[in-house]
Amino acid sequence: MGIASECITSDLPLRLVGGLTTGSIYALIALGYTLVYGVLRLINFAHSEVFTAGTFGALIALNLITGPDGGNAFHLVAAVVPAIAAGALVAVALERGAYRPLRRRGASRLSFLISAIGASLFMQSVYLVWRGRGYEQLPETIRIRPILEIGRVQISNVDVIVFAAMIAMVVGLDFLVQRTRIGKGIRAVAQDAETASMMGVNIDRVVTWTFIIGGSLAGVAALLWGLRFPTRFDVGFLPGIKAFTAAVLGGIGNIRGALLGGLSLGLIENIGAGCFGDAWKDVIAFTVLVLVLMFRPTGILGEEVAEGKA
Amino acid sequence: MRPLLALASVIAIIFAWAYGDARLGGRVRTFYDKRERWMFPVVFLSFFGVFAVLTSFLDVAKLELGFLVGYNALLAMGLNVVVGYAGLLDLGYVAFFAVGAYTMAILSNAGPLQVPWDLNFWEILPIGIVIAMITGVILGGPTLRLRGDYLAIVTLGFGEIVRIVAQNLDSVTNGARGVTGIENISVFGKSLGLDPKPYYLLTLGFIAIAALLVRSMNNSRVGRAWAAIREDEVAAEAMGVPTLKYKLWAFAIGAAVAAVGGMVFAAKVTFIDPASFQLIISIFILSAVVLGGLGSTAGVMVGAVLINVLPEMLRGLSKLGAVGDKLLDARFGIFGLVLVVMMIFRPEGIVPSRRRAAEMRGGAEEAKGPLGGGLPAEPAPAGGDDGAA
Repeated sequence: MGIASECITSDLPLRLVGGLTTGSIYALIALGYTLVYGVLRLINFAHSEVFTAGTFGALIALNLITGPDGGNAFHLVAAVVPAIAAGALVAVALERGAYRPLRRRGASRLSFLISAIGASLFMQSVYLVWRGRGYEQLPETIRIRPILEIGRVQISNVDVIVFAAMIAMVVGLDFLVQRTRIGKGIRAVAQDAETASMMGVNIDRVVTWTFIIGGSLAGVAALLWGLRFPTRFDVGFLPGIKAFTAAVLGGIGNIRGALLGGLSLGLIENIGAGCFGDAWKDVIAFTVLVLVLMFRPTGILGEEVAEGKA
Repeated sequence: MRPLLALASVIAIIFAWAYGDARLGGRVRTFYDKRERWMFPVVFLSFFGVFAVLTSFLDVAKLELGFLVGYNALLAMGLNVVVGYAGLLDLGYVAFFAVGAYTMAILSNAGPLQVPWDLNFWEILPIGIVIAMITGVILGGPTLRLRGDYLAIVTLGFGEIVRIVAQNLDSVTNGARGVTGIENISVFGKSLGLDPKPYYLLTLGFIAIAALLVRSMNNSRVGRAWAAIREDEVAAEAMGVPTLKYKLWAFAIGAAVAAVGGMVFAAKVTFIDPASFQLIISIFILSAVVLGGLGSTAGVMVGAVLINVLPEMLRGLSKLGAVGDKLLDARFGIFGLVLVVMMIFRPEGIVPSRRRAAEMRGGAEEAKGPLGGGLPAEPAPAGGDDGAA
């Protein structure tokens, strides 16, 4: 393991592209953590299972609509809807089943965390019973091929799609949060739930919408993930915890932070893997998490929930 | 059908218990609390006496299960110090179990790395405890300053780091292939071999020691500091409680107990690999603690028994064919569901600690979770209505 010298020179540009692509997916999932945290001050530990639901939504839909010899780009666009629907549905079910009853009872923080873990375990087991243990690949909709070549770096069509979709979702989210009525509600609750409630904001409704939005973003992330990787019942665990790391890295509760954190974590992880080997990829991500929390627990951009950035 | 019947009877007993506890629990506890000075040794000795005598009636398979329950109960007691007493959610507890097990494997020269000493179980035991405590302090030092939910995810990450390191560090841990041929425990120069009985008794002994230690700590200055920290950390700090110090102590004690469990485990099964230390173990132990009752030693042991014996009962389900296999796959999900339902209806657990019960029921204002308490839309605590969006 020749450390510093090897990893900078070898295939750095390639790893940069890979890092941005993975990072885009982390960012989309991280937004779900950040939104829920902004509104409820709660880390939604079961968000990984929302992501998994998205992969299955896409899988089932694509299996239905594509023929035996794969699909085309149109099928991919069509699969966005079921992926989002599955993510949003599971997210809202989690809120209703595992969080809302506890909120009603004014339960302790620890209770929320344990309930979230329980819900996560339950969902995984539902997927397991339903789909079994095997990995399932989404039907191929677009063939991965390089479309851009800058110097020695090849950028594939999938890289471009993932990155563009992420940007589109973030722009859409920004519009939703800044310009719409429900966005105003989300910002109000994030700032001061009690006052917002006294001003006539229906908190339960805002919370439900927050979970729907977060679930939808995870659904899109799941579909993009499925362009490259197979799915199964526990597929959400790693992207989920890494996206959480990304959210913390950028500053949890902060939308721009989630974006920045996702992309940085993707880059750090991929470049780090170039230095230490791919087997250490996950250790690198977790170490980043520990280091960030040690030295800057509020993340790069800071926790900005109270400043109206939801 | 037998497993289903057994399962049904266990569930019936739990419900009967919950009912009886609601009707009589308070009076029984008051009776006990008043006479604790002499009742405790009686209850303690008879409890361990029963479990020790039980060995003569159990066959090897039951004793193996007993050992499984035993080291899980030990782990649950250690985790109870961290989660139940100090109120710190540790999701990577299995890491300390792994540290203990790998310390045993490496120092007894079973792994690829040869150490220059020839140590037996009893000599490695204190070394492993110290290593685990140091690991706990190294992890806890920087992270225990963080708020609870961050701590949960950092510990989760740490648990995964330990497992992946064990998997990748071929030259020390033999990687994914694991370490075989770990020496069994010897007593007075005689190896205990493969018979589960002595290990079961040994684990029982460790549980008894841990129970006494934890009890005396909880009744001391340290225990009062823990209670203050979990109820209101800011107030505790303001009152001059060195919160970080006591949190570190909780972490280190929890780590030490887990390491003892890990070392006994490694010496009993003689084979460990990274797959024995997955996240699900941490969650399993946590379920035992929560199910039994946070902060209640008796409760935690009940939890450990339930969580290991129930799946064992369900194992018979595989005879039912495909449906049984599905049910077997679903059993983790059942635990998950139980955790959620417990948090909603009985957050204090089956055999609750009285003080903890009051806290979990929303007695301590500061410990309240997201949008709890302060919201005007909140109905009376007794109301269980839902879905009025």
